[in-house]
Amino acid sequence: MLADKDRIFTNLYGYQDFGLKAAQARGDWDKTANLMKAGQDAIIEEVKASGLRGRGGAGFPTGMKWSFMPKAPTPERPNFLVINADESEPGSCKDREIIRHDPHKLIEGALIAGFAMRARAAYIYIRGEYIFEAKVLEKAVAEAYAAGLLGKNAAKSGYDFDVFVHRGAGAYICGEETAMIESLEGKKGQPRLKPPFPAGAGLYGCPTTVNNVESIAVVPTILRRGAAWFKSFGRENNHGTKLFQISGHVEKPCVVEEEMGIPFRELIEKHCGGIRGGWDNLLAVIPGGSSVPLVPAAMMMDVPMDFDGCKAVGSGLGTAAVIVMDKSTDIVRAISRLSYFYKHESCGQCTPCREGTGWMWRVMEKMRTGNADIGDIDTLYDVTKQVEGHTICALGDAAAWPIQGLIKHFRPEMERRIHEAKGDDMLEAAE
Amino acid sequence: MPKVTVDGLELEVPAGATVLQACEMAGKEIPRFCYHERLSIAGNCRMCLVEVAPGPPKPQASCALPATEGQIIKTDSPMVKKAREGVMEFLLINHPLDCPICDQGGECDLQDQSVAYGRGASRFEENKRAVTEKYMGPIVKTAMTRCIQCTRCVRFTEEVAGIEEVGAIGRGENMQITTYLEHAMQSELSGNVVDLCPVGALTSKPYAFEARPWELKKTPSIDVMDAVGTNIRLDSRGRAVLRALPRINDDVNEEWASDKTRHAVDGLTHRRLDKPYIRKDGKLVAASWAEAFDAIKANWSGDAAVIAGDQVDCETMFAARALAGSSMLEGRQTGLAYDTSSLSAVNFNTTIAGIENADVILLVGSDLRREAPLVNTRIQKAIRKRGAKVFAVGPVTDLTYKVEWLGDDLSALAKAPKALADALKTAERPAIIVGGGALRYEGVHGAALAFASKYKLVRDGWNGFNVLHFAAARMGGLMLGYAHDGGIKALAAKAPKLAFFLAADEADYSLFAGSFKVYVGHHGDNGAHHADVILPGAAYSEKSGTYVNLEGRVQRGERAVFPPGDAREDWAIFRALSDVLGKRLPFDSLEALRVEMFNAVPALGVEGLADYGWSEPTLPSAVNGKIADYPIKDFYLTNAICRASETMQRCSAELVHGTQYLEAAE
Repeated sequence: MLADKDRIFTNLYGYQDFGLKAAQARGDWDKTANLMKAGQDAIIEEVKASGLRGRGGAGFPTGMKWSFMPKAPTPERPNFLVINADESEPGSCKDREIIRHDPHKLIEGALIAGFAMRARAAYIYIRGEYIFEAKVLEKAVAEAYAAGLLGKNAAKSGYDFDVFVHRGAGAYICGEETAMIESLEGKKGQPRLKPPFPAGAGLYGCPTTVNNVESIAVVPTILRRGAAWFKSFGRENNHGTKLFQISGHVEKPCVVEEEMGIPFRELIEKHCGGIRGGWDNLLAVIPGGSSVPLVPAAMMMDVPMDFDGCKAVGSGLGTAAVIVMDKSTDIVRAISRLSYFYKHESCGQCTPCREGTGWMWRVMEKMRTGNADIGDIDTLYDVTKQVEGHTICALGDAAAWPIQGLIKHFRPEMERRIHEAKGDDMLEAAE
Repeated sequence: MPKVTVDGLELEVPAGATVLQACEMAGKEIPRFCYHERLSIAGNCRMCLVEVAPGPPKPQASCALPATEGQIIKTDSPMVKKAREGVMEFLLINHPLDCPICDQGGECDLQDQSVAYGRGASRFEENKRAVTEKYMGPIVKTAMTRCIQCTRCVRFTEEVAGIEEVGAIGRGENMQITTYLEHAMQSELSGNVVDLCPVGALTSKPYAFEARPWELKKTPSIDVMDAVGTNIRLDSRGRAVLRALPRINDDVNEEWASDKTRHAVDGLTHRRLDKPYIRKDGKLVAASWAEAFDAIKANWSGDAAVIAGDQVDCETMFAARALAGSSMLEGRQTGLAYDTSSLSAVNFNTTIAGIENADVILLVGSDLRREAPLVNTRIQKAIRKRGAKVFAVGPVTDLTYKVEWLGDDLSALAKAPKALADALKTAERPAIIVGGGALRYEGVHGAALAFASKYKLVRDGWNGFNVLHFAAARMGGLMLGYAHDGGIKALAAKAPKLAFFLAADEADYSLFAGSFKVYVGHHGDNGAHHADVILPGAAYSEKSGTYVNLEGRVQRGERAVFPPGDAREDWAIFRALSDVLGKRLPFDSLEALRVEMFNAVPALGVEGLADYGWSEPTLPSAVNGKIADYPIKDFYLTNAICRASETMQRCSAELVHGTQYLEAAE
């Protein structure tokens, strides 16, 4: 269990004020200029050395991402940092806690990260539904400006840096980095084709890096305490601490900062008061937000909660939004609801996702009621395979994986419903 | 130049080529819906997926992927086949299979590709999606349920037509293509989205349920609605031309055509002159050819004036000249009288394709959008692709792109305003375009030439001096000497005894009150009303003809159908009349006529750009006054064929005059 002294987010639960004064008391904005004095490349190297991987779900090494940015931007074509606060993944709620209780961590991180990648400004794209959070963030940014921490000669570092808060309008797809850039430009939020990647041509055609809120917010602490400290947590390739968001059928759902690689059972026992109805009552877990395949209880118990650990059981850490489902869950209905979500949120740009998400949801609804044929399960699986990997962005994959996970692990349950709806005799195995 | 391997075939492709282009160079067909050579890349249909190594272990959209050194591309692997089948299945699940009642049937990309790349049957058992109908104006008929959201129409209207009126609303499977507030598309080029649409979502409204493509005879022709010389294909069945489609010619129209080019063809069957008429007691009375010829003979004194209309082919003008002599010829019906001693000084020297490369363009009294929509798209392209700056002198009008208006005072030519002068100083390929709206003012031609030499618009490998005509017959007419000193007024002042009007409907006939007027043309329009004798001729679709477009490009079109009733091809009329008048013309066939014509004007014998050389006449260049307006008031009704066309009338009423058409309730 992570010791309190090693927590980065010390006001995660909002026991203290979010304002600048309280934040400074917690150590934020402490000699920021000194941190920046190390130089841009040194900061990038430090972040690389810390082993920080992107906290938005894909887990791309953050330092490496920054190093793709041009080293000598021109005034006509500046670099930009875009911070992805469009947290819309079902199950995910960590960025919200950071923004509403510890916004200055994010803003300070924005300055340092922006400085490291030689960005002219940072745009924080915040989810439209986060109304209170947006107000807090705007207030915090205003405080930072008033205190001279942003703007010309930000935090007396000699570097000019601006932070803009942009509110989304409620589209899940705008959390995809290129769709976010389109949306920031005032266009319809649809992902762009890659290449070119944002580091080459992003916001307004300029080099851009899009980072998750958590990835940025941990940077100041990493620099203060050193890469080695951050790296001391977790396993090889999966270092640091991470905000886990546990929801569903646990005794005490919560957001908690923990060491990467903490075993699932320990995470639940220590922080959530165990599974509702005991461990035998656990049915399945979606370990990383709605986009990753579910993992049945038996496989999940001792999984180390990090990128590689979840991958080993055919799923992913994603944003570490752990959705726990006990045996009272109608698992087919749950996945069907997720299918509806993806159908609703598909941007409609490319064919497989536009047409496939609707088709998958409709078949899932048939599966829910059992009003289908056994062969439809294979058809459904085939359709998910036809969507997966054929789309412009990853939403197609995200829509396909939960269903693939369901079919892989709960096919008997699906078949049972179909037989039941048809009135077939259920054959029990002789004992 | 990267080297790639396509299905085992190694080849070198130009730098910057996409994988799709590389595959095509290797002779592989890549199915596609959203990709179009002349539009930006969307990559959204996912039909062009191929397997590329090195790369992620999934198929890639070849249209958007740059070809790079050492790529190994597979277009026929099992992975690719499966991916294509999958995409095709997705496209079809919500597509109504109403091919039997769809106008796109027979020329539908979706139909063709589903045969080639689809599975035999569908596994989709749910209800299909239906999409509410949209309104896109008098040219484009919609059936949006058929739409596959390729967004070609959106990209075309934005990138080529320059209007931001078509877009997609909604998301996911509710995404729909529509115009802004469901108004008619305000574009002269809206018909092109019909060609671009790979399915039957956008079809041609005037052509709805007229014919199937395989029933049509296809004839290559040249458009005469403006001076661009759009290369077209006339599709006809029996005696009627049912539609006109653009042919690809990168030098002229790329693959676009204006709405007038496409849809004025229904005017070819209305208000036609199909027998000769003679005016008796103030009234036109039907007559035989012999009677009509006799009436002309009674007024024949050895020579005659000839006024050529805007749409006449060179052969007709040559035959008329051969009979009437060359002392009283005029083609500029509306009274323009600019100097024609140097053809290069009244030519579009930069060429239509060349204007794309200009970096500073000055428009003088030229409403390009209405006078030559396809030149306008080139300027749009110059701005979009190369950041060209456009300045204009004349009344402010919407040209679909950003223009710096310098006021309508012509003095801007004599002394360029600072912004223009500054831009010209650094310009590498500056150009001026002088339109008919300015040429009618004295001194403008000279002032424009002086401007050109002051700012060195003509330099090594670049000629930036352009005059923009908008009559298809103009350059051909000028080459054949259809320009009288002092214009049509000076010609009329000679009081010719006999005057031939070659489908000239824009001329002021009151100037010729004392002349015996013979109208040789195809439509019962303005000219026919004033004629003493009408000889029914052939419209452009009914004769093989030579046309010279505004940049001096000699092009030939072929005959698609025969003229109606007793009407004859114009050159044959003059040949027959010459017999009666006792001045037999030395040709008995079109071929023989052409030989004569080529001897007289050799440049007409070579298809392609005529070389006029570059010579500047010395002209008075004092200018004053303002450009009052532009000559084209109603884009859709500029000639007799348009005015006879129901479609063009409806376009005019709705798009120019704002008439609302109510649909009957169902």
